[in-house]
Amino acid sequence: MNKQRVAWLFLAPALIVLGLFFLLPVVAALALSLTDYDIYALANIHDLRFVALSNYWLLLQRPLFWSALGHTVYFVAVGVPLSMGASLGAAMLLNSPLARMKPFFRTALFAPVVTTVVAMAVIWRYLFNTKYGMANYVLGHLGVHPIDWLGDPHWAMPTIILFAVWKNFGYNMIIFLAGLQAIPIDLYEAARIDGASAWQQFRHITLPMLAPTLLMVSILTVSGYFQLFAEPYVMTEGGPLQSTTSVLYLMYEEGFKWWNLGSASAVAFLLFVIMFAVTAVMLRLSRRSEGAAT
Amino acid sequence: MSARTAKAMINGLLIGGAVIALFPLLWMLSVSFMQPGEASSLPPPLLPSHATLGNYRELFVHAGMGTYLLNSLLVSGAITLLSLSFNLMAGYAFAKLRFAGRERLFQALIGALVIPAQVAMLPLFLLLKYIGLVNSYAGVIVPGMATVFGIFLVRQYARGIPDELMEAARIDGAGEWRIFLQIVMPLLKPIMVTLAIFSFLAAWNDFMWPLIVLTGQEHYTLPIGLASLAREHSQDSELMMAGSVVTVLPVLVLFLAMQRYYLEGLLLGSVKG
Repeated sequence: MNKQRVAWLFLAPALIVLGLFFLLPVVAALALSLTDYDIYALANIHDLRFVALSNYWLLLQRPLFWSALGHTVYFVAVGVPLSMGASLGAAMLLNSPLARMKPFFRTALFAPVVTTVVAMAVIWRYLFNTKYGMANYVLGHLGVHPIDWLGDPHWAMPTIILFAVWKNFGYNMIIFLAGLQAIPIDLYEAARIDGASAWQQFRHITLPMLAPTLLMVSILTVSGYFQLFAEPYVMTEGGPLQSTTSVLYLMYEEGFKWWNLGSASAVAFLLFVIMFAVTAVMLRLSRRSEGAAT
Repeated sequence: MSARTAKAMINGLLIGGAVIALFPLLWMLSVSFMQPGEASSLPPPLLPSHATLGNYRELFVHAGMGTYLLNSLLVSGAITLLSLSFNLMAGYAFAKLRFAGRERLFQALIGALVIPAQVAMLPLFLLLKYIGLVNSYAGVIVPGMATVFGIFLVRQYARGIPDELMEAARIDGAGEWRIFLQIVMPLLKPIMVTLAIFSFLAAWNDFMWPLIVLTGQEHYTLPIGLASLAREHSQDSELMMAGSVVTVLPVLVLFLAMQRYYLEGLLLGSVKG
């Protein structure tokens, strides 16, 4: 009996914090999304009304929600494969027996990960300045006309994707590197004796051996990228022409600029449901392909 | 392809990658020492013609950067200390203490990881508003005092401690607190260092929640202060680069000094289950 009490005493602080400041708000968010909580209710709680699913219904009819979702999906669908490709490429380079000065390169490639998004976004804004930025200057030498990176609705999101890849690829690189190091060298040696090319070795040894890591990393990266917020906040303020307004940016504006907390909660929940569905589909697809392979 | 070409190619690519990764950081540092307006010229200057500390002076004297820096240190330090203690206790309990429903509770916590933190933010803001913590340091600190990730990390590590150590101490009549403080904590030191670095970096770099809960400049942390400066001074590249240096340098230095622990934790945390 006493033992039980000791255990709960050790657990109590963490559980109270998580319960009070995370689980309770999550449940409350669901409740909030069913009300018309707005600036009037903020001033006087008696103005609050239960509106059932009408926040969700109204959101699904708003073009802004769909465009925000579209931009977020664009960011995820292009950004995740690019990030993972960069991570895997860098990890394979670092894992190569021919690579020199590995600790230095590993640290250098990882450095952007630990930096602050806001500070890096500020730098990026300067690097991709239309007039004085280094990016256009270098491209100018290759005969490319100046691109209005962050001011052109077609270029703003690709620029943010480029930024996200640069900032994040080092994280998964470390995980892939550990995965690559766990693959027995004998496999490659046997394949070489059988005359397998570098590509065949990659395709038939590296990828299958790395598959579980790839799946886990892709799910984590997808969830992370769905939560796009700070980059557009600092680099474009959601513009130009709302071309970089992500779902979370919409939630932030709806909630903390217009104080429509009910509707903003509905945005948050829809994002959660979408993220959940996407990762569930990814898990299922990977299980199926696993089943097909064996 | 001969071995020599392959070697040149691999190392060439690594050098290229390192340049891409580090160039923005080095250029940030260089531009931060330029005279106002110098960076807005063509071709983009790589090094300052007359290096100056004027931007830093401007930031600390007029733009309140000193306050933001202290706020960041205070908030991140408090989050690190508190979350470290709470996560250690809970992680140890999940690993080594017996109680009814232990596995189920732990699974439930892990399951909660699928919920993005932002879902909680709107009601959390209202909750903190009612208890009067909006626009205070506590408003930023309190929700970060425990993390599922931290509990998970500690539990994984603490499971490796042999039960005999604690049993022997219990037979000798040591209380549970003493066992935790004098036997378990010393053994958990490596994971404590890892977790402390993780928590500090995460708290330092956090943006969305502090942006929401801090409504007045006097409590701004560096990222919030920098973002607000960037909106006012979007043309002053030199000043903004100096602000970025102040924001990033502490965490970069911390990472470089403690790299081994950080990368170990990253791998531990990514191996689920």
